[in-house]
Amino acid sequence: MALPIYASPLQTAWYYGFRFICAVIFFFLIFPIMVIIPLSFNAQDFFTFTPEMLAFKAEGYSTKHYQDFFTNSDWQNALRNSLRIAPMATLLSVSFGTLAAIGLSQSHVPFRRAIMAILISPMIVPLIISAASMYFFFSRIGLQGTYMGVVLAHAVLGVPFVIITVTATLVGFDKSLTRAAANMGAGPVRTFFKIQMPLILPGVISGGLFAFITSFDEVVVVLFVGSAGQKTLPWQMFTGLREQISPTILAVATILIVVSIMLLTTLELLRRRSERLRGMSPG
Amino acid sequence: MKMKTLMLGGAAFAMTATAAMAEDMTIVSWGGAYSASQKAAYHDPYAAKEGVNIINDESSAEAVAKLRAMSEAGNTTWDVVDVVAADAIRLCDEGLAMEIDADTQLADAPDGTKASVDFGDLLVSECFIPQIVYSTTFGYRKDLVGATAPTSVCSVFDTAAYPGKRSLEKRPINNMEWALMCDGVAKADVYDVLATDEGQSRAFAKLDTIKDDVIWWSAGADTPQLLADGEVIMGSTYNGRLFALIEEQKQNVGMLWDGQVFDLDGWIIPAGLSDERKARALDYVKFATDTQRLADQAKYISYGPARASSAPLVGQHATLGIDMAPHMPTDPNNAKNTLLYNYGFWADYRDDIDAKFQAWLAK
Amino acid sequence: MSNTETVLASDGSSLKQSLARSLRRQKIRALLLIAPLLLFVLLTFIAPIVDMLFRSVENSIVQETLPTTVVELASWDAESGNPPSEAVFEALARDLKVAVASKSHTRLGSRLNYEQTGVSSLFRQTGRQIKKLDLEATPSFKDAFEKMNKRWLEPEVWTVLQAFSGKYTDGYFLAAADLTRGADGIEVVPEDEKIYFKLFLRTLQMSMTITIMCILLGYPIAFLLATLPLRSSNMLMILVLLPFWTSLLVRTSAWKVLLQQQGVINDFLVWAHIVADDNRLELINNVTGTVIAMTHILLPFMILPLFSVMKTIPPTYMRAAKSMGANDFTAFRRVYFPQSIPGIGAGSILVFILSIGYYITPEIVGGTKGVFISNRIAYHISSSLNWGLGAALGAILLVVVLALYWMYDKFVGIDNVKLG
Repeated sequence: MALPIYASPLQTAWYYGFRFICAVIFFFLIFPIMVIIPLSFNAQDFFTFTPEMLAFKAEGYSTKHYQDFFTNSDWQNALRNSLRIAPMATLLSVSFGTLAAIGLSQSHVPFRRAIMAILISPMIVPLIISAASMYFFFSRIGLQGTYMGVVLAHAVLGVPFVIITVTATLVGFDKSLTRAAANMGAGPVRTFFKIQMPLILPGVISGGLFAFITSFDEVVVVLFVGSAGQKTLPWQMFTGLREQISPTILAVATILIVVSIMLLTTLELLRRRSERLRGMSPG
Repeated sequence: MKMKTLMLGGAAFAMTATAAMAEDMTIVSWGGAYSASQKAAYHDPYAAKEGVNIINDESSAEAVAKLRAMSEAGNTTWDVVDVVAADAIRLCDEGLAMEIDADTQLADAPDGTKASVDFGDLLVSECFIPQIVYSTTFGYRKDLVGATAPTSVCSVFDTAAYPGKRSLEKRPINNMEWALMCDGVAKADVYDVLATDEGQSRAFAKLDTIKDDVIWWSAGADTPQLLADGEVIMGSTYNGRLFALIEEQKQNVGMLWDGQVFDLDGWIIPAGLSDERKARALDYVKFATDTQRLADQAKYISYGPARASSAPLVGQHATLGIDMAPHMPTDPNNAKNTLLYNYGFWADYRDDIDAKFQAWLAK
Repeated sequence: MSNTETVLASDGSSLKQSLARSLRRQKIRALLLIAPLLLFVLLTFIAPIVDMLFRSVENSIVQETLPTTVVELASWDAESGNPPSEAVFEALARDLKVAVASKSHTRLGSRLNYEQTGVSSLFRQTGRQIKKLDLEATPSFKDAFEKMNKRWLEPEVWTVLQAFSGKYTDGYFLAAADLTRGADGIEVVPEDEKIYFKLFLRTLQMSMTITIMCILLGYPIAFLLATLPLRSSNMLMILVLLPFWTSLLVRTSAWKVLLQQQGVINDFLVWAHIVADDNRLELINNVTGTVIAMTHILLPFMILPLFSVMKTIPPTYMRAAKSMGANDFTAFRRVYFPQSIPGIGAGSILVFILSIGYYITPEIVGGTKGVFISNRIAYHISSSLNWGLGAALGAILLVVVLALYWMYDKFVGIDNVKLG
C-alpha cells in the first residue's frame, strides 16, 4: 500500500494518519510487555520506577531479583515442576492429537462435525468451569493433587491446538502422494512415516509448541487440580502477585518473555519450512 | 531430538517422585513469612529430630474446600493443616477434622500446668490446637495522613480529616463490626445489632460513606504493598504483615492498634488418616505446640503465642534483635480496645450477610 | 439392474460392493484413528463437566441425613401455621441421633442455611443437646425440642425442610437467578441481596465492550498487515504474535505495574502535567482496568482471524472500484469493508467467548466492579463452599458459551480457527 506519487494532500494526510494510528496500537500491544524488562532490574522491592532508575544511575539497578529466582527453592521447585508437567502433557496431546487429526482429514468421517466440536471444546469452555469440574471429578477418582492428574488435565487443554494446527497442514496435503507410495508397495505404516510424517511434521511441532505453552502458562486448572507437589511457575507467579511483595515475578516474567520470543522464532521458521515443502508461496 | 530427551527426563522425574513418597509428611499452611517462621521454629527441629521429610503445601486458604473434596474421594493426602479458628470449627462440625484431647494428647507446660488450662479459652473447638493469636488491624502512611496521626479505628471512616484511599478486606467480617462501632453502637451490642436487618443496613450505610475511597483486598499482602506503593493512606491487614513492613522493610508506616480484631490460627489433623499417619501427625502437633516451640515462633513473626506459659519466653527477633513483646497484639499497650472474632455469629450469618455484602459491593 | 452389466473388481466381486466395502473400511479406519483422543477427551473433560452440572440439582443430603423425618413430614400442611405432629418430632430425634454420631447434621445445617439463615446454628446447637436426650424416656418429643430451641415450633424451619426434601432441587438455579422459594412459592429476593442477574449482565456488558474495543483496535492493524508487502508485514506480525505467546500472568502483572495510581502511566501523566499529582487517574481495580488489560490480552484473537480473511480479498477489487470513479472512502466502504465482515464476525465471537469466561485477569486488576461471573463461581467453589450454587452459575455460563460456540461453528466453522 505504498503512497502513489499522484496522491492528493488529503490522501497523504490520511496515509500518514493511518500509519500513526497503527503505530499507537502496536505500541499498546508491545509496551506493556517491554516495560517489565527494565523494571525487573529494579534495586528496590517494588513495582514502580524509582527516581534512581529514571536518572539512569547504576545504584538504581541490580540483578538481585534474578539471583532470588535462581537461588530461591520455591521458584526453582516451581520451574522444575513446570518442566516435569508440560513435556508430558505435550507428549500426550501431540500423540493422541496427531492420530486423530489424520483420522479427521480422511474424506469420509461419520459425525465429523460433532467429533470436531467435542475435540475443540476444551479451548472454548471457560477455564474456571473446566477447572472446577476436573477438581471434583479427579478428587473422586483419586487423581486430584497428583502429578498424573495435572498432566492429564493439561493434555486435554492442549488437544484443540494440536488438532487445529495439524488439520491445517493436512488440508493442503496431496493425497496422490500416499496413493503413489501404496502403489509402489509401501504398507500403511511405512507410508505414514516416510510420506505423511515429514510433510505434517511442521504442523505437529507447532501444535506441540502450542500444547507446551498452554501447559507451561496455565494457572487456573493447576490451582484446582494440583497440590503443593505440582506447584508450577505460573502458580508461583499468581501467589507472588497476590501474596508476597516480590518483584522476583518481574524477573521471571522477563525470562518467560525471552522464552516466548524463542518459541515464536521457532514457529515462524517452521511455518516457512512447511509452506516451502507444500509448494505454497511463503507468507 | 531435544524434545525427546526432555520428555524422557520428565518421565524419569515422575518415577523418582512416586518412589520417594513413603516417609513424607505434608503440612499445609499459608505460605510467605508465616510458613517461613513455622519452618524455622517447628519443621526444621522436628525433621532433624525424627528424620521425616516435611512437604510444605500452601493451600490453607482453600483448606476446607480441599479437605471436603478429599474426604468425598476417600483419599486424604494431608497430614497436618494450619487453619484459622473459624475454618477449624467448620471442619470439626463436618467431621473432616479429628477430635484431639488437649490434656492427654498435647504437652503440658514446663511447670506441669495441664494443656487445657494453659490454652484456656482459646480452645474454641475440640479439633483445634491454637498456635497463635493474631489480629486484623490498621497501618497508615505516616507521610500521607497529615499532621495528626490517626489514633482511633474510626479515622478510617473520617474522610474529611484523612482524605485518600483506604484498603479493607473484601468480606463483611470485621468491616461490619467496625462500621457499627464507629456509628455509635457500644462494643457489647455489636452482634445483637448486626443480627437484625436494620443493623445490617445501618452498617452498610456507614460503609457507604467511604465506599468510593476503598480499595478492597483479598490477600494479606495487598495492604502492605498498597501502603508501600502509596496507593492507600491506611488499610487493614494482619498485624504480622505490618510488622514486617515497618521493621524489616523500613517503610514509613505506623501501626494503629485501636479496634483490632483478635483471631486464632492453629492446627487440625484431618479425619480418616491411617493409624500410622495419625500417630505421626499427633506426635508432630504435640512437639510443635509445646511451650518453648510456640515462644520460638515469635522470634520470626510478631504473632502472640497461644499458650499463657509461652508469653514470658518471648525474646528478641531472630535477625533484627529487637524485643518482640511490644509488637505482640496481646501486649497490654496494644490491647486497650479490642474485639474477639465471634465464631458462633459468623457461622450462622456468614452466607446471608455475605450475599448482601456482595450485592452492596456490586451496586 | 438387469440390463446393466455388473462391473467386476479384480477379486471377482461386484465393483459396487467392493467400493462400499472399501468406503466402510475407510470410515472405520478414520474412526479408529480418532477413537483414542475422543475417548480421552470424553473421560477427562466431558465426564467431569457433566458430573459437575449434576451437582447443581443434586440434593440427596436431606433424605440421607433425615430419612424418616422426611417421610413423616410429607403429610404436614405448611399452610396451617402449626408445628408438625409429635410423630415428626420423634422421627427427627431418632434421625438426628444417628446423624450426630456421624457428624452429618452440621453439613445438613450448612446446606439448609443457604435457604434460611440461622438453620446452621439451630442444627449445631440441637446436635449438641440431643446427645443427652434419652429416646426411650421422652414423654413428648415436641416439648423436648421446644426446650432445646424455640425455633423448632416455628413453621419456617419445617417449611424449608419440606420444600427441600426431594432428591433433586431447583433451589440452586433459583438462587442463581436471584429467586427464592418463599412461603407463597417462588419470589424475587430483596433488592439488597440481588446480585447474580447484575453480575451476568455486567459480564455480558464488559465482554461486549472488550469485543468492540478489539474490533476498533484490531481492524486497522489487520488491514495494514494485509496490505503491506510481505516482508514488512511478517515483521509487524511478530509484534502481534509476541503478546499472544507471552504468558497471561506476565501480561496481567505488566498491567498492574502500569495502571496503579503510583504506576508508570500515572507517573508519566503527572510528569507531563496532564493530570495533577493529587488527582491521579483511577485505572485499576475497576471496570477500566479490566477492559484495558483484557483488550490487550484478547486483541491478537481478533487480529489473526481478521487478517486471514483480509488476505483473501484481492487488491484488484479496490482498484477496480476506484477506476470506476469511487473515491478512497467509498471504495473501502462499499467494496472492501463488506468483504471483511466475515473476519469481524469470526474474531468477535472468538473474543466474546474467551472474555466471557475470564477469571485470572479480572481477579488481579478488576477490584470489585470489574469482576466477572467466573470470579463468583470460583468464590463459591473454593471459599463459601456452596458447590451447588457454583455449579448452577457455571451451568448458566456454559449454556451461554455453548450457544456462542454453536453460532461460531455455524457461521465460521470450527475448522477455520487459525492460530498464528
